[in-house]
Formats: sequence, structure tokens, C-alpha cells
Amino acid sequence: MSADYILETQHLTKAFRGFTAVDGVNLQIVRGSIHALIGPNGAGKTTVFNLLTKFLPVTSGRIVYNGHDITSEAPAQIARRGVIRSFQISAVFPHLTVMENVRVALQRKLGTSFHFWKSDASLAHLNDRAMQLLGEVDLESFADTETVSLPYGRKRALEIATTLAVDPELMLLDEPTQGMGHEDVGRVVELIRKVSANRTVLMVEHNMSVVANLCNTITVLARGSVLAEGPYAEVSKNAQVLEAYVGSSEMEAL
Amino acid sequence: MDKRTKILYGALLLVALAAPFVGGYPIFLMKVLCFALFACAFNLLIGFTGLLSFGHAMFFGSAAYFCGHAAKAWGLTPELAVVLGTLGAAIMGYFVGWLAVRRQGIYFAMVTLALSQMVYFICVQAPFTGAEDGLQSVPRGKLLGLISLRDDTAMYYFVLAVFLFGFYVIYRTIHSPFGQVLKSIRENEPRALSLGYDVDKYKLLAFVISAGLAGMAGALKALSLGLASLTDVSWQMSGEVVLMTLLGGMGTILGPFLGAATIITMQNYLSGFGSWVTVIMGITFVVCVLAFRRGIVGEIAYRLKAK
Repeated sequence: MSADYILETQHLTKAFRGFTAVDGVNLQIVRGSIHALIGPNGAGKTTVFNLLTKFLPVTSGRIVYNGHDITSEAPAQIARRGVIRSFQISAVFPHLTVMENVRVALQRKLGTSFHFWKSDASLAHLNDRAMQLLGEVDLESFADTETVSLPYGRKRALEIATTLAVDPELMLLDEPTQGMGHEDVGRVVELIRKVSANRTVLMVEHNMSVVANLCNTITVLARGSVLAEGPYAEVSKNAQVLEAYVGSSEMEAL
Repeated sequence: MDKRTKILYGALLLVALAAPFVGGYPIFLMKVLCFALFACAFNLLIGFTGLLSFGHAMFFGSAAYFCGHAAKAWGLTPELAVVLGTLGAAIMGYFVGWLAVRRQGIYFAMVTLALSQMVYFICVQAPFTGAEDGLQSVPRGKLLGLISLRDDTAMYYFVLAVFLFGFYVIYRTIHSPFGQVLKSIRENEPRALSLGYDVDKYKLLAFVISAGLAGMAGALKALSLGLASLTDVSWQMSGEVVLMTLLGGMGTILGPFLGAATIITMQNYLSGFGSWVTVIMGITFVVCVLAFRRGIVGEIAYRLKAK
């Protein structure tokens, strides 16, 4: 196992009753890089995410994270190792305040999360750190707002702040700019660039200008298998990739 | 707790303390408190964890039998009988919860319903429950072996003290680090999981606390009315606690209390209508769902906040 790779999969396969969604995928994520996973709809990108975080059980193959085989671990265990994912739709806690959203993530490390006899005032010392994280995504002024009333772009920013709160080594972002207006996309791209310092990011993304702008390495999936891999300039000229995308709107951006 | 809430709780406490002296009928008041505790315990699951248990009567009713049997056959003092009922229900809650939290949504509700029906039929058959007759004339005994609770007013204060303790446990749980995690699970379970929380363990602990306190309510009920019967473990009882909680406002702290008080009052004062009471309660429920889905307290809180 090379130490350069934070995460490696070997022949990762997922079969649903006769349909192989992910078929022998070998991924190697270089530590400290921003790695994109792209491909036409139904290529198996989100399934790969679900396998890496064990939201789905693996049919065969291995997942190695920081030299440990994590193939048979539970989702919460993997999260505690520092692999934190986001979801395609925004993953916030809508009826908690913006600040509480971040604090829930911070409080895990205190080890008092089963203490039902303690007052939640014991969490107050986390407020400063929570405000600091909100500051990083320009949400301080919304701290006491109920999250459900935030605009969509802000929710995605909050989601990133919450993810940062658990200080992940590897962030898995599932379409972080999906459904966003133009200015919001720019803001999120800058945010990802900012938070990727000292971290590794693996992202599924459809917006090719985001991928071109942000990512060091791109893996193209099609029908559950790796079609091509390399930097954007190389991948975007690959004949097979062009063929896989023919007729699909994503290609227009390439 | 802000100042207004403190004043509200203070005023409610004064009302509760004074109630028997201003014309409150102690048996009725005790019944209200028992069911209020039951509904508050249930609300910890549905309102703060997002789990709909459709079998909570199994904890309420079983604890009534445990407590009744301990007081009647073993002659335990009332406080010990209540502790026994509570622990018994909590232990049952551990096993039921362990099975049920593996499933979500409607399947969770079905598992709890199925298990509570099993408990019901065990209670029909078991020798110590008195089957159709139930456990009758359960003695209230002497508190700590010293103070007789035969007097209804004395018993009322015992029930009130236990209720306040149970209510405090629920309040503390909701406003604790654990409660924060519960709320995050209610709001978005996959996200809580992806932040590293073993959501099943948190749900299980919440289930055990809820079951134990539902048991505490059942045990109190057996002592104060002197009766533990099959009604207490039946599925109708599980349905009634859902109704009380929704009517009062799930996810609010005082809602289940008010819901329970409303339903018990209706059952008591409309009993002249016979089986029409069930119809009236059904209509009330429909109106509640259609007109004020947040429940009485939920709706008031929402209106106050909107201002």
C-alpha cells in the first residue's frame, strides 16, 4: 500500500439483484488532492459514495483507508475515522438553529453525547468554535436563525461548516453545486478550495467548469466501471469519454 | 429556561399543589397526572427522536401489573413498588427497543405493535394478572412504611411528587447533550450517522428511558386507582397515548400534559354519553389534524413566535 494514497479501492463491486451498479472499480485518491468523480447519469457515482461510507454493503472488493481495511466497518465507525460525506440534497438539521447544526457536530468529541442527565449548558463552551466555523462560510449573522428558513445556497454552506466541525481528513462531497444559482456556485467553489487545504476532497460533480477549475484528478465512470482517469486536460480529450457523453448535456461544457 | 417559562412552570406547580383544596377531585387529578406522565414519556420518542411507537401500552400496562403484584402479593411499600414497575418496564424497553430500532418508520411502528400484542396475550394467560378481572384492590400501603396513603389527598401528593420527578427527567433529557443528538436524529438521520453518531444506540437509550417512564406512569396508575387491568396493555391504550400527544402538540414540552388532561376530562365528564365518547374523541382528533396540526400547545407557540 503506497502511503501517498489516503483511500484506495480494489475491485470494488456492488450488484443489486442481477444489475451490477459498480463493477470492479479501482480508485486511488492521492492525499491532499481534490479528486472528481464524473460520468453520465446512472454511472454509479453516488453508489460509490454509498459504498465508501458503508451506507450500502459492498458485494466484493476492498476499501483501504490510511492503510486500514475498512470494508466491513459500520458507517458511524468510518465517520469517526475522519471520512465525512455530504449528500446530493442538502443535509442540514432543519429545525435546529444554524449554530446548533454546527455544535451537534462539534459535541461528539466531548464524549458526553450519551449523558442525558447533564444540562446542555455544558455545551456552551463550544459556541465560540461554532461561531468561528460559521464565520468561515459567512454565516455568523444567521447563527440564531432556524435553519429551515435559510436560502438553498446558504444551507449548502452550512453543511460544509458542519462537516468541517468534525475536522475530516477526507471529505466526500456529492454534487456540492447542484441546483445552485451562478453566484452561489462561485462562492461554493472558493469555499471548497479554501477548506481543502490540509485535507483530501473527493467530489461527484456535473458542472464541468467547477471540475476543470478545482480538481487535480478526474475519474470518469461509465456503467459502473472506470473509463478514464487523469487531469482535466487529458480526460476531456479522451475519445472514449467523449463517446460515453455523446448526446448528454454535460458534454457541452467540456 | 427564560423568565416567562419559569413563571409559567411556577404557576402550574402552584395550581397542582393547591388543586385538591380548590375543589379538584383527587382521584381524577391523579388519573390526569398518570396519563400526563405516560404521554410525556411517549413524546420523548415521537416528538424528540422521531420514532412512532405503537405499542407503548405494553410498558404502561406491564408496569401496572408488576407494581400491583408487588404491592398486593409481596406487600412492598408504594415507593418500592413504583421503582420495581419502572425498572421492569425499562428492561422490557431494552429488549423491545433492541429489536425495533433496526427498522424505520412504519416498520418500527409495526414491530412495536406486534410485540405489544404478544405482551397483551401473555397478560391474558399469565396467572398473576387476574386475566379478565385484572388485579383488583391493589393496596396503596404506607409510604416508606410510615405514612399511610389510603387518604386520597395524601396519595395525590405522592403521585404529584413522582410525576414531577418523571417530568424533570424528561425535561433534563431533552435539554442535554444527549437530547441534542436525539433532535439531530429526528431532523436528519443519515446526516447524524455521517457525522459519526451510532444512531441506533441513541435511539435505544431514548427508547429505554421512554419505556421506563411510561412504566412509572402505569405503576402510579395501578396504585392510585387500585387496579391493573387488560385495558392498560391493550392496543387501544397505545392509540390513546398517540392521540393525547398529537392533540396537545408533539415535540412540545407541555403539550402531552395538556393533551392527556383534555382526553381524561372528556372521558370523565362525557361518560354519560356511553360509547359516544369514542366518537366524540374521534371527531376531536380529526378536527385537530385538519385545523391545528401542531396540537394545542404547538399552535399557541407557533402563533406567539410569528408575532
